[in-house]
Amino acid sequence: MADVIKKATRESYGEALRDLAEEYPQLVVLDADLAAATKTGIFKKAYPDRFFDCGIAEANMMGVAAGLAACGKIPFASTFAMFAAGRAYEIVRNSIGYPHLNVKIGATHAGISVGEDGATHQCNEDIALMRTIPGMTIINPCDDVEARAAVKAALDFNGPVYMRFGRLAVPVINDPATYKFELGKGVTMRDGTDLTIVATGLMVNEAVQAAETLAAEGISARVVNIHTIKPLDKELIVKCAKETGVIVTAEEHSVIGGLGSAVAEAVTEGCPVPVVKVGVNDEFGHSGPAVDLLKEFGLSAENIAAKAKEALKLKK
Amino acid sequence: MEQNTKKRLQRTACKVRMGVIEGTYNAKSGHPGGSLSIADTLTYLYFNKMNVDPKSPDSADRDRLVLSKGHTAPALYAVLAQKGYFPEEELKSLRHIGAMLQGHPCIHIPGVDMSSGSLGQGISAACGMALAGKLDGKSYKVYAVLGDGEIEEGQVWEAAMFASHKDLTNLVAIVDNNGLQIDGPISEVCSPEPITDKFAAFGWHVITMDAHDFDDIDRAFTEADSVKDKPVVIIQKSVKGKGVSFMENQVGWHGTAPNKEQYDQAMAELTAQLKGLED
Repeated sequence: MADVIKKATRESYGEALRDLAEEYPQLVVLDADLAAATKTGIFKKAYPDRFFDCGIAEANMMGVAAGLAACGKIPFASTFAMFAAGRAYEIVRNSIGYPHLNVKIGATHAGISVGEDGATHQCNEDIALMRTIPGMTIINPCDDVEARAAVKAALDFNGPVYMRFGRLAVPVINDPATYKFELGKGVTMRDGTDLTIVATGLMVNEAVQAAETLAAEGISARVVNIHTIKPLDKELIVKCAKETGVIVTAEEHSVIGGLGSAVAEAVTEGCPVPVVKVGVNDEFGHSGPAVDLLKEFGLSAENIAAKAKEALKLKK
Repeated sequence: MEQNTKKRLQRTACKVRMGVIEGTYNAKSGHPGGSLSIADTLTYLYFNKMNVDPKSPDSADRDRLVLSKGHTAPALYAVLAQKGYFPEEELKSLRHIGAMLQGHPCIHIPGVDMSSGSLGQGISAACGMALAGKLDGKSYKVYAVLGDGEIEEGQVWEAAMFASHKDLTNLVAIVDNNGLQIDGPISEVCSPEPITDKFAAFGWHVITMDAHDFDDIDRAFTEADSVKDKPVVIIQKSVKGKGVSFMENQVGWHGTAPNKEQYDQAMAELTAQLKGLED
C-alpha cells in the first residue's frame, strides 16, 4: 500500500474553491480567523478581493453569509465544524435555514481526528445538529476526489448546504478519471450478500478494508458510501436491508443522531432489519494523535469487521 | 421638512399604527409596544427615503431594510400594506394558521428583505447585504432596525465590529431606544448604555434623533446620507406604545395584544388623531 496517496479533505475544499472561482463569479469565501487551518487561505491567495475574514465571530459570519446570499452571492462560510454547527447553530437555523438561503457551510476539522486539540474541538455532533434543520443538505465526502466534487455539486445546487471536511490526511480511494458525484445518491463501493456496511467520510475506506477482511473469512459484505447524509438515499438503504438482511453503519461522529440514526430511521420505516452502529459512543474525545484516537474509539476496519460478525448473529 | 410632506407622513404613520392595533388585536398576540415606537421611522423610510417599488419587490438595485427587532413585524407589515405590497386586509390574519403574515418577518412575504426575529441576527444579514452592494458596485443602502434591548446580544457587537472594519458605508442601523424590554426598563435588566459611546467606540458615526418628530427624523437621515467614511447608527429616542395613550411607556404592552375594549379605545384615539391631521 506504499503508493496510496493521502490528502486531507480540508485541503481539497480550499483547492476546489480556488479552482471553481473563475467559473462561478458569485462565489465568495468567508472565514473566521482559521483560513490557514480550513485551507480557505488557498482561495484567499488567488482571489483576495472575494475573501472576507470575519474574525473570531462565527455567529456574525453566518449572518453575513445569509445577507450575501440574499443579494445573489454564493458565500462559503468556513470554520471548524464545532463552531459552524455548534456555536453558530441557531444562526444557521434562523438566518440561513428558515429563509432557505443559498449559503454553503464549509465545516472542517470534523470528528475525533482533530487529534491533539482534544474534546473542545472534536465535533462529533454536527451531523446530528444539521440534520434537524429543514431543507439543509449535508455532505460528508470520503476523500479528495469526492470532496472536490461535493464543492462543485454544492455550487450547482440552490439552497443551504453543510459540507463536512477532515483535518487528517486520508487515502484517496476514488479515481478522478471515472468518479461521478450525484447529490443524494449513495455509491456501492463493493457488492456483497451477507450484510451491508453503510459508511460515510473517512470511514468509507475503513469499511472497504473491513469487507476485505470479512471476505477472507468467507463473509460477503456489501459496502455503501453515503456522502450525502441529507437527503438520505433511502431507496438504496432499504434495498440493501431487503437484499442483505442486516446493516452495519460506520461514521466518525456520535452514534446519536448521525448516519447510523438516519439509516436506522430509514430501515425501520422501509424494511426493519438489525442496524448495528459503529461511531463515537456517548462520550467526549480527548487529546492524542488522530490515528491513535480513531483506533481507540473503534473507528477502524478491525472494529467494523468485529461488529459485522456480531451483527450477523442478529440476522433473522 | 415641507409641511405637506410632513402631514402626509403623519397621516400614513397614523394608519400604520391602526394597522398595528388591527393586526395584534386579531392575532390575539404580538408586540404592539415596540411596533408603535418604530412606526414613524418605518413610515419615513418607506414613504420618503428608500428606493423601493412594490411592483418590483425583488429589484437588485433597491434599498433594503432588515427588521432585526423582528417581533415588531406588525409595524413593518402595516407599512408594507400601506405602500401597496399586499392588501391591508392581510393584517387581520396576522399570525393565523395558513396566513401569509407570520409572527416574525419572513423573507417570502412581498417587501420583506430578510427573515428575522431571533434577536441580534438581522444586523449581520444587513452587513452581508451591504457587503454584496459594495462588491457589485451598487448604490443601494441597507437599513437595519434594532431594539435597545436587542443590542444586549453579543452578535450585534460582532456585526458592529465587522461593519466598520469592512467599511460598510452603505449601512445605516437604527436603534429604537424606547428604554423598555420584556423584563423591565433596560437600565434595570442588563443595561446596554451608554449606547452612543459603544457604537462610536466600534467605529460608527452616531446620530441621535427624536423618533416621533418627522423634521428631526428627516434631519437625522439627511445627515446619515452625508457620511461617506463610516457605517452610521441612528439612536432614536422613542416612546414605547407611542400614539395609544394607555400603551405609552408601559412595559406590559411589549408583548400583549389589546382586548376588544382596548382595541376600540386605541382605534378611537388613532381615528381622532387622523382626523386632526386632515386639511
